[in-house]
Amino acid sequence: MVAFILRRLLLAIPMLLFISFISFVIIQLPPGDYVTAYVAQLRQGGEYISAVQEAAMRERLGLNDPMLVQYWRWITAIIFRGDFGYSLDWNAPVSSLIWDRLAITLALSTASLIITWLIAIPVGVYSATRQYSVLDYVFTVFGFLGKGTPDFLLALILMWIAFVYMQLDVGGLFSSQYQNAPWSWGKLIDLLQHLWIPLVVLGTGGAAGLIRVMRANMLDELGKPYVETAYAQGLSERQVVWGYPVRVALNPFISTVGWALPALFSGDVITAIVLNLPTTGPLLLQALKMQDMYLAGSFILILSVFTVIGTLISDILLAWFDPRIRYA
Amino acid sequence: MGNKTMTNQNMPPERLLELDDVHVHFPLREGLVKAVNGVSYHVNKGEVLGIVGESGSGKSITARAIMRLLPKRAAAPEGGITFRPRNGETYELSALGRNSRAMRQVRGQHIGMIFQEPMTALSPVHTIGAQIMRTVQLHMGLNRKAARERAIELLAKVQMPRPNQLVDAFPHQLSGGMRQRAMIALAISCNPSLLIADEPTTALDVTTEAQILELLKELQSEMGMAIIFITHNFGVVADIADRVSVMYLGKIVETATVDDIFYAAKHPYTQALLRSIPRLGVDQGRRLPTIPGMVPDPFSVPPGCAFNPRCTHAVAGICDTQVPPEKIFGSQMSRCHFADQFVAAEAAHV
Amino acid sequence: MTEQTLAAEPINAKKEDLYSAKPWQLIWRRFSKHILAVISLWFLLILAFCAIFAEFVAPYEPFKVERLRTMAPPTGIHLFHEGQFVGPFVYAMERTRDPETTRVSYEPDTSEPLPIRLFVASSDYSFFGLFKTDIHLFGVEGGRRDQINLMGTDDLGRDVFSRLIHGARVSLSAGLVGVAFAFVLGLTLGSISGYFGGWIDGAIQRLMELIRSIPTIPLWMGLAAALPVVWDPLIVYVLITFILALIGWTYLARVVRGQFLALRNEDYVLAARLSGASEYRIITKHMLPSMTSYIIAALTLAVPEMILGETALSFLGLGLRPPVVSWGVLLQDAQNLRSISLAPWLLAPGGAVVLTVLAFNFLGDGLRDAADPYGQ
Repeated sequence: MVAFILRRLLLAIPMLLFISFISFVIIQLPPGDYVTAYVAQLRQGGEYISAVQEAAMRERLGLNDPMLVQYWRWITAIIFRGDFGYSLDWNAPVSSLIWDRLAITLALSTASLIITWLIAIPVGVYSATRQYSVLDYVFTVFGFLGKGTPDFLLALILMWIAFVYMQLDVGGLFSSQYQNAPWSWGKLIDLLQHLWIPLVVLGTGGAAGLIRVMRANMLDELGKPYVETAYAQGLSERQVVWGYPVRVALNPFISTVGWALPALFSGDVITAIVLNLPTTGPLLLQALKMQDMYLAGSFILILSVFTVIGTLISDILLAWFDPRIRYA
Repeated sequence: MGNKTMTNQNMPPERLLELDDVHVHFPLREGLVKAVNGVSYHVNKGEVLGIVGESGSGKSITARAIMRLLPKRAAAPEGGITFRPRNGETYELSALGRNSRAMRQVRGQHIGMIFQEPMTALSPVHTIGAQIMRTVQLHMGLNRKAARERAIELLAKVQMPRPNQLVDAFPHQLSGGMRQRAMIALAISCNPSLLIADEPTTALDVTTEAQILELLKELQSEMGMAIIFITHNFGVVADIADRVSVMYLGKIVETATVDDIFYAAKHPYTQALLRSIPRLGVDQGRRLPTIPGMVPDPFSVPPGCAFNPRCTHAVAGICDTQVPPEKIFGSQMSRCHFADQFVAAEAAHV
Repeated sequence: MTEQTLAAEPINAKKEDLYSAKPWQLIWRRFSKHILAVISLWFLLILAFCAIFAEFVAPYEPFKVERLRTMAPPTGIHLFHEGQFVGPFVYAMERTRDPETTRVSYEPDTSEPLPIRLFVASSDYSFFGLFKTDIHLFGVEGGRRDQINLMGTDDLGRDVFSRLIHGARVSLSAGLVGVAFAFVLGLTLGSISGYFGGWIDGAIQRLMELIRSIPTIPLWMGLAAALPVVWDPLIVYVLITFILALIGWTYLARVVRGQFLALRNEDYVLAARLSGASEYRIITKHMLPSMTSYIIAALTLAVPEMILGETALSFLGLGLRPPVVSWGVLLQDAQNLRSISLAPWLLAPGGAVVLTVLAFNFLGDGLRDAADPYGQ
């Protein structure tokens, strides 16, 4: 087991380095650089700076060096000093900008993953054990609708419903009066009032797909002889279903936790922009638009690291959960 | 379950299980399949009843009707099934619901069942010990520690090597024969009065098969339980059974003691099956006789005697129009219009 | 015991028909039992027709600004005028402005019905450059302000239904072109990977894992942000579809590779090899025919992913940009709460996305089930 984890960890390192390089290249792809975007922005505001100033700015920021050199500077700083570089747009170190947003993103993603599972597993099991029942059809329709609805559309619709029919002020995580207030009961309730929409959006979006997977897995497992063996022992239906086939049908779930994470981050990006949440999404979008390369690059890198870690965790969980893999 | 009152309330004291005219039908889109079409048999305490038939003859479905574990698409079974295990209580199994408390009590506690595929019949994600413990905790009310000891004891009883270690093994770590031993340990874990073995050795190689049969015989005499042994192999039946029932297309065509089946079969189907068994040293260099034709499509069972299109003794006008009655000759039963003639033929031989 | 005694199996005509049917006939037969998939197929065919002949189907030009008909709600279609049946018609809308809130509202003028006519003359357009015409599928006759807006109008008074129809052209084709790109990439790399195996397979597998491990939307966003604003919309369109394909191909490649690996070990492939068939013949005559149906199903299921991707990117302002009309671009108008609460009909393109994605999913599921020779 330890050897297995070590091997997986060692494999992850070159992968992460490669991803970091790709992220950096992607950020550098657009013609022009941060200074170009900056000057364009100034011009829109009616300000001008001279070509000499522009060149000096480039020189100061090291933008004239070859891309490989810039990459090397960036990645070595991350590895050796934990320094993710400097956000040109915000005029602040990247680290100071991203961590609290990442924390919120991670918390939101984890919470919605848990909601996803809490919905998908019981519903999937029910649908499979009561195949072709009325509720099974209802859940099937729900699953397909959820699969077909883009997250941001769901967010828009929920936001609209909350606003028009429930007179709720939605968007963001806090109302304006609590934005910078210290923690209190009022603030907590305010947070919960705002939190449910992103959680519903992210949770149902994921659950819709997983219900179908769980149902299909359960139908496969329910047809296997060991289920009949369990019944022949005199166990009740509930004991049989939850004790045996569910355990086996969960395996694919566990093995895709790693994929669920990047999917959640992806879903989160757009939902967060629509709902104006202080997560990584809106910041990343702006960083990309402004070619704020260290900020954007760091984001993509860190999200990828989460993904790789997520895959690793799911591999380990799966090995722990499924004896057939553990001893293979 | 319409005629549950018809079942025999006063069974003879030696009876353990009695099936009376059991029907199991499958209403499918293509038509009605009468998988079990009026099966009656009985099992006495401590005896081994062999049930022989081709695939699709309904022998496994009958066993599942006893256990009330029919597939969900089956229509509610008809006929009476009466069961009186060691504790002296009488259960009308045919009147019990699939998920009823009484039925769950019978399953596992009074009737154990072994399945054909030892590879897939055990949960792949639980140790065999955990699976046995679950059953003994459920029915015998043991605590975890006692249940674990019981599991080890059972594994030793089915002659598993190193039961102390293998109790923590997962099914995929065991060979086919070992898995079937674990399966047997699970089935007998609560000292059942009846063990239903559904082709328990079909998936095993011949050596392992012999070992498992030997084990079952030992357990049977030691624990005094009855066994319904379902197989398509007459050789296995000869080895283990006291009495034999032969099934064809959802009906029992012949029931007799094992000797009568082998030496005085009174149904052409039994005779044909016996002729198609290869024997050492006999008929060398000659083609092994086979039964002509194929088992008919379950949607269009031939009228009259279901076996008539393949029967070499079939008489047009009788066999293809009239359903043959059960003809009783002492302890022997044959469902053939001409069973009497076979009796006469035997008499002539002697 | 000879063959003569073998009971003649009654084979009825229906069965014989079934036994002699060609594979695609069997697939079609199984597919047509899948009611939802058949409905989806019809829906998509109609949608495709609308998209191709958008100028004809849409009653108005997508860019035509109507200053006096901004944010108009969908026009109600009526059948009875003053208790009398007159066929489908609409009422003209009277525009009023609340003097205090300056909010515009519309009231139907029920004095006179405006019947809906087929093939009415309206704005000029060129029919695929072949000829000029002004005939549209439907519309109302009357003055400039007598309009039928099935899905209302936006803040510039443009007809949302007409824009939706024109958007279908871009969004659907983006999905199809994206899948075509992904198909070429996926089929090539997947079949190389599956057929040759060994280190080539390993390398391609690692590459696929790598691409999968980068969160999709941020990666899309990063790539899409690289496209300069000033480029020609057509080039941006091609590049966006290419970006979508760049990530989408891994799924197809996995399907193709899996099929190749499974088929390579099939007995009939071994049999063909043993009887001396060439590699080319084995691939084209034995392996590809049994794969095509799976690949078609996989392609069908990949289209909605592409459509969703395009919609998301355009919605964020990273993909297609106005004046190009796509569903994602149209949804940009519905980005803030104020416009949605004032004009919920601006979400209509979202409904179109959902229906189209569902239809492709059902169609794909139906095809996959129908293509499985071991299925029910």
